[in-house]
Amino acid sequence: MKKTFEAIIEKMIFLSGIASILFVVLIFIFLLKEGLSLFATVNPINFLFGKNWYPISDPPQFGILPLVLGSLLVTFGAIVIAVPLGIAAAVYVAEVAPLWLRDILKTGIELLAAIPSIVLGFIGVVTLAPLLKNVFKLPSGLTALAGSIMLAFMAMPTIVSIIEDSIVSVPKSYKEGSLALGATHWQTIYRVTLPAAASGILAAIMLGIGRVIGETMAVLMITGNAAVIPTSILQPVRTLTATIAAEMGEAVAGSNHYYALFAIGIILFVISFIINLVADRFLHKK
Amino acid sequence: MSKIKVKNLNVYFDAVRVVKELSLEVEANEILGIIGPSNSGKTSFLKTLNRLNELYLNSRTTGEVYLDGKDIFIEIDKHLLRKRIGIVFALPLPLPLSIYDNVAYGPRLHGIINKEDLSQIVEKALRAAAIWDEVKDRLNSSAFRLSGGQQQRLCIARTLAVEPEVILYDEPCSGLDPISTLKIEEAMQELKKNYTQILVTNNVKQAARVSDRTAFFLMGELIEIDETKQIFTAPKDKRTEDYITGRFG
Amino acid sequence: MDSKRTEKTAFIILLLATILVIVPVALIILMVLIKGLPALTGEFIFGMPREGMRAGGILPAIIGTAFLVLGTAIFCIPLGIMAAVYLNEYAGRNWLTRVIEIAIINLAGVPSIVYGLFGLGLFVTFLGFGASILAGSLTLAVMTLPVIITATREALIAVPRSFREVSFSLGASRWQTVRSVVLPNAIPGILTGAILGLSRAAGETAPILFTVAAFYLPRLPQSIFDQAMALPYHIYVLSTQVPNVSVKIQYGTILVLVGMVFILNVIASIIRARFRKRKTW
Repeated sequence: MKKTFEAIIEKMIFLSGIASILFVVLIFIFLLKEGLSLFATVNPINFLFGKNWYPISDPPQFGILPLVLGSLLVTFGAIVIAVPLGIAAAVYVAEVAPLWLRDILKTGIELLAAIPSIVLGFIGVVTLAPLLKNVFKLPSGLTALAGSIMLAFMAMPTIVSIIEDSIVSVPKSYKEGSLALGATHWQTIYRVTLPAAASGILAAIMLGIGRVIGETMAVLMITGNAAVIPTSILQPVRTLTATIAAEMGEAVAGSNHYYALFAIGIILFVISFIINLVADRFLHKK
Repeated sequence: MSKIKVKNLNVYFDAVRVVKELSLEVEANEILGIIGPSNSGKTSFLKTLNRLNELYLNSRTTGEVYLDGKDIFIEIDKHLLRKRIGIVFALPLPLPLSIYDNVAYGPRLHGIINKEDLSQIVEKALRAAAIWDEVKDRLNSSAFRLSGGQQQRLCIARTLAVEPEVILYDEPCSGLDPISTLKIEEAMQELKKNYTQILVTNNVKQAARVSDRTAFFLMGELIEIDETKQIFTAPKDKRTEDYITGRFG
Repeated sequence: MDSKRTEKTAFIILLLATILVIVPVALIILMVLIKGLPALTGEFIFGMPREGMRAGGILPAIIGTAFLVLGTAIFCIPLGIMAAVYLNEYAGRNWLTRVIEIAIINLAGVPSIVYGLFGLGLFVTFLGFGASILAGSLTLAVMTLPVIITATREALIAVPRSFREVSFSLGASRWQTVRSVVLPNAIPGILTGAILGLSRAAGETAPILFTVAAFYLPRLPQSIFDQAMALPYHIYVLSTQVPNVSVKIQYGTILVLVGMVFILNVIASIIRARFRKRKTW
């Protein structure tokens, strides 16, 4: 009696274990189911490399190049801002800050992580965008740059905590060895500690990229929604994620527009899969 | 028939063989002492007897072990085996529970839920482990409040509570003070009446004090096994003699 | 002493960088508090929206979010705990385990809007639940699953191996060991992780856009098949779709959401801290 009960529970435990695989497969299948339907009528090459995203014009055009470039531009900008800042903040918190300050700073970063992205998007629209508009004398502050800055903030907790963990797990003996040879604390940090934490830093960058590429609502609100190929970072752009969010409401189920948005979903799914796998490799390289 | 019979036992961890072609027999109600330097395979041997080695994913065993004539790998369910062969570990390892619940943990596993039955079992086990008087008034307090020696005797009580036939001791007194050690050794003598005991110890003198027969392990092999008196006065193998007299350790 | 000066400069730059990261957080919180607090009247929190959301309260959004969090918890916490138990207590080191781990990494990294598409495709359309609390909860549950699994795994790993060895040595089966020794000692860690995961789910907009969120529904949801308003979506709508909404209402809604999320985080931290103190091992 008890044995059968236990056998049932253990079966359920096993099934729960493989549930994750099931869900990944399901997500992929459902994305494919709708997304691939697009390519019955639209050439994949035109989809991937087409320069015009006019889904509601007649005839509609589904080229995602402007969206891809929009995502890349915003992501690149965010990483350029977030990585140096993140490394600096992580180093400060892990190595330099006095103990009492360390807890305050870590709490501050955890608070940042807890703020929902929609809130950050809203704050960005009301504070950052007008600021950029004034500083750069633009018609509107809703630009790729605004998006990059907000996304850099959103990625910061991820980046800082991973780098901080990496720094902390560098063996103390390395640091002590360097100091014993007469190096200053700072010299030890940039010559010994940081290089030793390199794989963690790379992982943080990758995960930061993943976080940023996948962000939807904040970019939707703050990057201006212009699905054109960007020529400068002070322009409005449209990302892959924002496109889905903005247009799915209007796309008729079963239309090419609907399929095209799912097709974008496939691309996002594949990109994030690769990024996260690579990041995991780096994290476990130690 | 001997209580435990071991034939050509080999134990591997990954590719390393830590117990080599070991054969011996353990008689009922005796205390068998096992001595030898570190890494001689004593603990690995011990943990084979109750198939606890199987918890380690990289362990592998060949050879036969019989409990009362039955093959422990084939004819006895391993959970039942562990009930019949209990073990006391080198470090006192109380569970994060009260003293009472620590001892009652085993019986509860095996289906005893009646409060009175449990209380009786707990008291009997604590008495047999020679610790009842020290804890009878605080059975509900945390086991971690006890001293190291008391915790170890609690662990003995915990093992006794499931009513095993054999008790394995893996260096149970390392890290304990002499008085606790003495108490445990006295308890072992008392337990002889009802249990077969195998004591692995790094302390040669303890084996001399406590065990009826003693086995000397060296680098995974059984070098010599004999009456304790014989081993300690006239060992047959030179390596045994060298170890006992302290020429190496 | 050149290197000493370099060090001093470097450390000042590091401090400035850190300030650049932290100070905006404080400013944002202050801003939300100052501008949102005036909105928190009884009518705001417990009343229905009126005048196309320009007046009245946000109760339907609060209730909607609460139901979504509850639904998410029901669907993903038991499943996540069991999955973590499988990985840590039962699974061997084989290819299947590796594949499961890769799947979890994957699930954790999928963009939230893609979850929204998935929810739309599977729960809303294919299974026919329609845009509903059910579909929204299921979508959020799949999204939160990797968080629960990871947090539970860490809590399980933190339980000392010796507890398990002792339990097995007394003749316990694996399930008995998990049930009586491992899980009870992992509960605080599991709770902390679950609460944090749920607080993230509460703040998510993209997954609920097409699976549950209603634009304007001035009544409380009656069943799990109803659409519902939700706080994050409401914030989005108030900021982009409704003209002439007072700043007070916008910030008030934000404050309620942020407040909810923060309270959950604080509860999780308290559980974590109290457990650390009480831990006897």
